Amino acid sequence: MDATAEQLLWMYEKMIEIREYEETMARVYLEGKLPPRIQKGLAFDIGAGPVPGEMHLAAGQEPVAVGVCAHLRRDDTVVGAHRPHHFAIAKGVDLDAMTAEMFGKDTGLGRGKGGHMHLFDPAVKFSCSGIVGAGAPQACGAALAAKKLGRDAVAVAFFGEGAANQGAFHEALNLAALWKLPVIFVVEDNKYGISVEKSASTAIASNADRAAGYGMPGVLVEKNDAIAVFDAAGAAIARARRGEGPTLIEVKTDRYFGHFQGDPETYRPKGEAKALRQHDPIPALGALVRDLGLLDANSDAALRERIVARVQAAYDFGRNSPYPRPEDALLHVFAE
Amino acid sequence: MTTATPAKARTLTMAQAISEATAQEMERDPRVFVMGEDVGKYGGIFSATTGLLDRFGPERVMDTPISETGFMGAALGAAAEGLRPISELMFVDFFGVCFDQIYNHIAKNHYMSGGACKYPLVITTGIGGGYNDAAQHSQCLYSIFAHVPGLKVVVPSNAYDAKGLMTTAIRDDNPVVFLYHKGIMGLSWMSYFEGSTNAVPEEPYAIPFGEARVVREGSDVTIVTLSQMVQKSLVAAEQLAADGISAEIVDLRTLVPLDRATVLKSVAKTGRLLVADEDYLSYGLSGEIAALVAEHLDSIRLKAPVRRLAVPDVPIPFSRPLEQFAIPQVDNLVASVRGLMNAKIY
Ligand SMILES: Cc1ncc(C[n+]2csc(CCOP(=O)(O)OP(=O)(O)O)c2C)c(N)n1
Ligand SMILES: [Mg+2]
Repeated sequence: MDATAEQLLWMYEKMIEIREYEETMARVYLEGKLPPRIQKGLAFDIGAGPVPGEMHLAAGQEPVAVGVCAHLRRDDTVVGAHRPHHFAIAKGVDLDAMTAEMFGKDTGLGRGKGGHMHLFDPAVKFSCSGIVGAGAPQACGAALAAKKLGRDAVAVAFFGEGAANQGAFHEALNLAALWKLPVIFVVEDNKYGISVEKSASTAIASNADRAAGYGMPGVLVEKNDAIAVFDAAGAAIARARRGEGPTLIEVKTDRYFGHFQGDPETYRPKGEAKALRQHDPIPALGALVRDLGLLDANSDAALRERIVARVQAAYDFGRNSPYPRPEDALLHVFAE
Repeated sequence: MTTATPAKARTLTMAQAISEATAQEMERDPRVFVMGEDVGKYGGIFSATTGLLDRFGPERVMDTPISETGFMGAALGAAAEGLRPISELMFVDFFGVCFDQIYNHIAKNHYMSGGACKYPLVITTGIGGGYNDAAQHSQCLYSIFAHVPGLKVVVPSNAYDAKGLMTTAIRDDNPVVFLYHKGIMGLSWMSYFEGSTNAVPEEPYAIPFGEARVVREGSDVTIVTLSQMVQKSLVAAEQLAADGISAEIVDLRTLVPLDRATVLKSVAKTGRLLVADEDYLSYGLSGEIAALVAEHLDSIRLKAPVRRLAVPDVPIPFSRPLEQFAIPQVDNLVASVRGLMNAKIY
């Protein structure tokens, strides 16, 4: 199924939005974290500034999120991992509330309880986790529920190539195939699990080959390209909706930033990230939509302007929202 | 050659002290090796293995896949064969994905074998919050490990102790869980309590398990604590001293074995007990210490009820004001001690 003009434009727009979101976060995150405003002797203070804690950005990995989510409906489930912003944005998570969450504000998705690795938006059935590998079985559960409830919804678990060595991944694949669940496992191979290269963590080159061992199709998308992902995901999701069971897709993608912000990246060849940006998937899709006459230079610029303003508004909302009261820490341990 | 002035005592961060102890034991004993996520080139996310790869090579400093059940089980299997693995669980919070290997096997196999099999291994792991890493990356959880019979549990508060305790851990023939608080490792990217960076002798030395340390003597109240909370307690004790309140601080250093005698002796002296803990309040360390004192009220006369300061049974929240509320701070310590001084027993 070829992407429609509407889908192409949507993917292009969402990729720009994700990139703008991540580049903005990279700047905002650094606020207050550098000398001389931090403890003497430190080079950086992870707990300082308006957005404290760990921060994993997904710039470069946009094609995975948009290529899959272009096929998803609001009632389909997405479970992300510790690097979740691109999936959240592509799934339609409320941008204001998501941003406020990262500022730790009362208006955030989790009222400041969760932070950037723990985003929950039940309105669009999005969640994620900081525990590597945890999402795959959870997506199976959502798919199981869809089946039991007689819905044609699907569930997608997104995670990194590092997570594919976690026991939970292997258990989930077997469950999904055994129960013929409408679930799609999407592995983002960005070459690294923190500092460890895939070749040093994984005995075979492609996780797609592992699918055969569990009795499901495995698809390798070798190009960090929205349309290539769109095609692979379209077939898998259609199959799942028809009740024909799960698919595993691995996408070779690129991580432009460090594992987390502040990562010294001493394990990475110098200039690697810069070289990866030479193959940026966003201008590539931009060229295509302009070639197809879906945008011209003016409408492209207007589109970008609109996205920049939307992202900026979300950051303003997050920054200017009130903090929860300290004693609100005691709320929400149990449902009332 | 003569030197005019004696060399100033060398100070190390706790991270440096742990990796130095590990290196010296690896030098001494070829059976010792290290494995875990990012322990090689990266040197450990919290720098507990910095420099080891360069010195000992990838055969003895092994980066693992993100397969905690796999490499915790492998640590057991290698230990059973006579090697002495040090297996790093990056954050203690990740125990959830590998606890079966730890509590059903590493902890129990020696016992179930009637003493026939030995498992000399060390699990090192990062604990603690205070830098907004939220509910899955900020816990302490040492009480869970201490609860399971068969695991020795070490929780140092400073570099000197960390080196000596790590050396003992590696030489021990039992499984040892060595939990280092991220906020006292002396990392260049996280604020920390400077009291944790202190003088550390270059030569190897071992600190026996089961010996708590009185880190500050006092007469009015005993604060029983451990890990980063020792450093917070020292700051609190200074503030209290200005008000004329004399706090004695007991650093437990190891939970298993637990130095009950030092706790009881101090509480008998001061008559007041505050247990200060960064773990969850209920069913944990603070209750254990309170029970210990309650069991000895035939020989101890308390002047006030026992007080406990710990995380109030909520997951660690992300947002700064929430996290500061949930994790006991210096101000809470000061207020709790003041409250104790005014409390009475009827
Ligand atoms: C169970 C568990 N083990 C280890 C970690 C620490 N950790 C966080 S992200 C990460 C690397 C994940 O690599 P990958 O799955 O490839 O995702 P990427 O970061 O590349 O997006 C590790 C080891 C964790 N969060 N959870
Ligand atoms: Mg990866």
